[in-house]
Amino acid sequence: MARSPGPLTRKFYAIARISWPGVVSALFLLLLIGATFTVLLIGSGPIRLINDLGKDPYLRQVVGFTLWQASLSTLLSIGMAIPVARAFARQPSFPGRRLVLQLLGLPVVTPVIVAVLGIIAVYGQSGILRDGLQLLGLSWSGRFYGLTGILVAHVFFNFPLSVRMLLPAWDRIPSENWRLASQLGMNSRQLFRWLEWPALTSVLPGTAAVVFLLCFSSFAVVLVLGGGPSATTIEVAIYQALRFEFDPPRAAALALGQLGICTALVLGLHHWIRAQSISRGLASGARYRPDADQSIHRSFDLAVIGLTSTFVALPLAAIVYAGCTGPLSSVLLDSRLWAAAGRSVGIALAAAAVALSLAAGLLVTSRHLVFQLRRRTESDVLQIAGSITLAVPPMVTGTGLFLLLLPLGIAFDLAVLVIILVNATLVLPYMMRTVGPAFLDAGHRYDRLCRQLGMSGWYRLRLADWPIIRRPLGFAVALCATLSVGDMGVAALFDTSGAITLPVLLYHRLGAYRFDEAAVTALALIVLCAVVFLVVDRGIGRWHS
Amino acid sequence: MAFLTLKNLRFRQGTWQFAIDAKIERNSCTAIIGPSGAGKSTLLSLIAGFERPERGAIFVDAEDITALAPALRPVTILFQENNLFAHLTLARNIGLGRHPGLQLSAEDKTRIEEAVAAVGLDGLEDRLPESVSGGERQRAALARCLCQDRAVLLLDEPFNSLDPALRHEMRSLVDRLRRERCLTVLLVSHNPEEAAEIADTALFMHGGQILERGNLEELLKRPRTSQLAHYLGQSRE
Amino acid sequence: MKFLLRGGFALLTAITYCAQAETEKLTIYTYSSFVSDWGPGPAVKKAFERDCNCELDFVGLEDGAALLSRLQLEGRHSKADIILGLDTNLTTEAAATGLLAPHGLNIDELDLSIDWTDDVFLPYDYGHFAFVYDSEALAVVPGSLEALVQDTSGPQLIIQDPRTSTPGLGLLLWIRVVFGDDAPLAWSQLAPRILTVTAGWSTAYGLFLEGEAPLVLSYTTSPAYHRHVEGTDRYRAAAFSEGHYAQIEVAAKLADSPHQALADRFLVFMLSPAFQDLIPTTNWMFPAGRTSQPLPDAFTGLVQPTRTLLIEPEQVAAHRRAWVREWLEVLGR
Repeated sequence: MARSPGPLTRKFYAIARISWPGVVSALFLLLLIGATFTVLLIGSGPIRLINDLGKDPYLRQVVGFTLWQASLSTLLSIGMAIPVARAFARQPSFPGRRLVLQLLGLPVVTPVIVAVLGIIAVYGQSGILRDGLQLLGLSWSGRFYGLTGILVAHVFFNFPLSVRMLLPAWDRIPSENWRLASQLGMNSRQLFRWLEWPALTSVLPGTAAVVFLLCFSSFAVVLVLGGGPSATTIEVAIYQALRFEFDPPRAAALALGQLGICTALVLGLHHWIRAQSISRGLASGARYRPDADQSIHRSFDLAVIGLTSTFVALPLAAIVYAGCTGPLSSVLLDSRLWAAAGRSVGIALAAAAVALSLAAGLLVTSRHLVFQLRRRTESDVLQIAGSITLAVPPMVTGTGLFLLLLPLGIAFDLAVLVIILVNATLVLPYMMRTVGPAFLDAGHRYDRLCRQLGMSGWYRLRLADWPIIRRPLGFAVALCATLSVGDMGVAALFDTSGAITLPVLLYHRLGAYRFDEAAVTALALIVLCAVVFLVVDRGIGRWHS
Repeated sequence: MAFLTLKNLRFRQGTWQFAIDAKIERNSCTAIIGPSGAGKSTLLSLIAGFERPERGAIFVDAEDITALAPALRPVTILFQENNLFAHLTLARNIGLGRHPGLQLSAEDKTRIEEAVAAVGLDGLEDRLPESVSGGERQRAALARCLCQDRAVLLLDEPFNSLDPALRHEMRSLVDRLRRERCLTVLLVSHNPEEAAEIADTALFMHGGQILERGNLEELLKRPRTSQLAHYLGQSRE
Repeated sequence: MKFLLRGGFALLTAITYCAQAETEKLTIYTYSSFVSDWGPGPAVKKAFERDCNCELDFVGLEDGAALLSRLQLEGRHSKADIILGLDTNLTTEAAATGLLAPHGLNIDELDLSIDWTDDVFLPYDYGHFAFVYDSEALAVVPGSLEALVQDTSGPQLIIQDPRTSTPGLGLLLWIRVVFGDDAPLAWSQLAPRILTVTAGWSTAYGLFLEGEAPLVLSYTTSPAYHRHVEGTDRYRAAAFSEGHYAQIEVAAKLADSPHQALADRFLVFMLSPAFQDLIPTTNWMFPAGRTSQPLPDAFTGLVQPTRTLLIEPEQVAAHRRAWVREWLEVLGR
């Protein structure tokens, strides 16, 4: 009897036939990151890299400052978030609670450059806060540009995010524990010590890790508020090495440094980051607790919540106000605004589509591997591949592609394409984390049923998966598109007349010191983000099969 | 030759070994009993095609089905839960038994109506699973299995979460359908007494192997192995 | 409804704008204050387009020095036909890129108010850097660069980044001329009082006018704007006893530009009174070419530098990177 091609070969083909989507996605990412790394390595020259990072005192300062500001920002954000989250947990029902929590969700999706404008208007050197203090007879003459400004902005973004990430911890405290604590007569401090703190420790490291990473690779905030070489992060230094000094080797060396540190951070913090999921859900916090109704605690909590809301709402309100009272007609009639807005939306939708395709490939195969081939390790590898871009900051990928295309003379011609690609990698981890769990859950529940009924491919997607992933998918695509509309990092690197996005246009106006026009542009950007989010979220979320 | 033959099946999961030889007669109802971890569900998974054996073969009516995909086997299965898509109506769930993309012909629709009538769900077709009772959900799932027109029906403890009276009712329904439609039924059960209501033969599994087989009543009365005696002793407590 | 109409109108404008793309288009990279509403850009565009049957497209970068790195980045594929806004400190490096073409004009026939021999770059205006102060916010005005640097309790000031801005680079060289090898020390003394380092002149001057700091790096001619437009003497330039560093702003055309004839035409236009007349009251600098009328009154009584300081372009080219590195290092501390 002739031997068949061999069971191993057959098995390989069988696996390859159903695994190709994930393999293609993973290869794509691998190729992108590999190419980036190679270009940077060749571009900087290993000797030059060691020289640069080792001997150049400025670069050492930059690295030091980047870590320093990220640590301080994390400490401040988390430190402020704990009491505020506690206040929300202790007051599970007061009018407007939901609204305030939703307000706290806004900074994350607000385009950084817009928020920075609002922060300058409120907390800046000649901002409203300062005027207010002067009215009260107080004065403050510190420098806003530099570390102060960066910290204020980072806290503005990450402190509300931390509150929302910490809040679910209170749901993990069993209600019996509260009753028991009440029986034992614990006071507020003891409750915190014995009930709340242990629950918090399970989410604190993850929250801190996420905040630290975000601050570590912060770009637009530092670019605008840094105020000079004393407050420069690695990302900004990369940008400056390319755009200010035309020093590609230096940019490459810096990008490699950023890549190295970021990868080390992600690997080091992976355990905690992985535990964090992104959801639109808000913790109920509706539990009986003995200290909730004491009027002193209640007033304290409400005051804390009020202050928090003011801190977050003021810059946003300042933008909306300045935008509405600014030169609306002249800015809105400017064709450049519409061109930039159109470009931004196009880039955002394309980036979301690319990210979705990559995520779909990875998830489909990952699910296949887990439920049908029982290969959990390989499945995990694919899942991690989807998050790998967390360790590779967009500015690094952007720099790599830029340097790759530069000698070919097409860096600026392909700007839009590169921005799409880089934004796609930027939002891919979000996509994986929002759609992934729902998709795997659909597999968990229905995989055998689908196979029993012979539902595969399109039938399975339409009848079994779509109804389950529709909402998270809509939310994910909307979130990704919105983040992409507002992102400025790589778009600033490729800033050229044919690729000016709305955030970059806003940055230009800010740079030309046209605050009134900038405010209107910022308003337009906010409206654009809101429209993109609502249209995509509702469009996909309500689209029945 | 027996209707369903499991020939020298070998399967491994980590260090856990599974080795089975069995013959099941046409139109019989066989109970598979044994402690947790004995491999009862794995046996059904192998027959249904969710798992592939390392060695050995499965025959149904003399046809080797070992390499067939689950949907192409003359086998249907009722799980403990998640037998219905929560977002589809009962009628659509049942319809999936006729066509995996719900492209239904007139004949399919008649068959669906028949199946609905057979399990006594008339009038509930357009409800979503969440709006009917647990018993009605499993009836709908059973109707879906009937629509698939498969000779072998595997029951992986589908009635466990129901009340005793409902369980009894469902068992009689299965028994009736088996006779009417000439089905060959394999039933995993944790409760041998209940299984005895409808099953005539039984397989006792332990550690991935069949230790005893034969008439269920006989086995319950006179266990030959210490393992079965032990199992029954525990189950009687 | 009104909003919709406006949006629709804008869309229409955009569409007609695209349809018009057939006329020849001259792209000029320059700095942002040149193209701002109060800068020369709009008037220059109008004047040149009046009889060239073309479209003039200004692309405003942060500031003059950014033009050089942009040129190097884009290389032979640059969309620019002309770059306008480098100064003599950067001409050697810019010429070394090999991307620029000789202007081909006979300089002797040009009526220039400064000595000029370069065959690639043409000057369009000049001036002197100076620190401009708000007389209502600053009581004691430093009389020299040394006094400004060494007064550790002195006023806060705003400067520009030498990597992107020609004024920023000017200050770097100014301090280099005055302090020699002690320049890093001078910078370290100044550093604590630098409120912010902006990428371009516009941002710096804007922040200054908002009252963020009483002192900003600008030009001796800046007060003329406030006198001429606002009729106020509030903002003044501080005269420094060491002399003031000079700036000559230049333009050049790109060798790979497909619009050579149009670019030549613009360069000639740039030195004509039609362009030069605009310079004093829009760019607030001294015109490098002949004007049809004398300087406005606001230009009389400005600070007259006791000495004009300028480092040879070749020497700047040889040391610029090292000096900038040094600067970065000191300010980064």
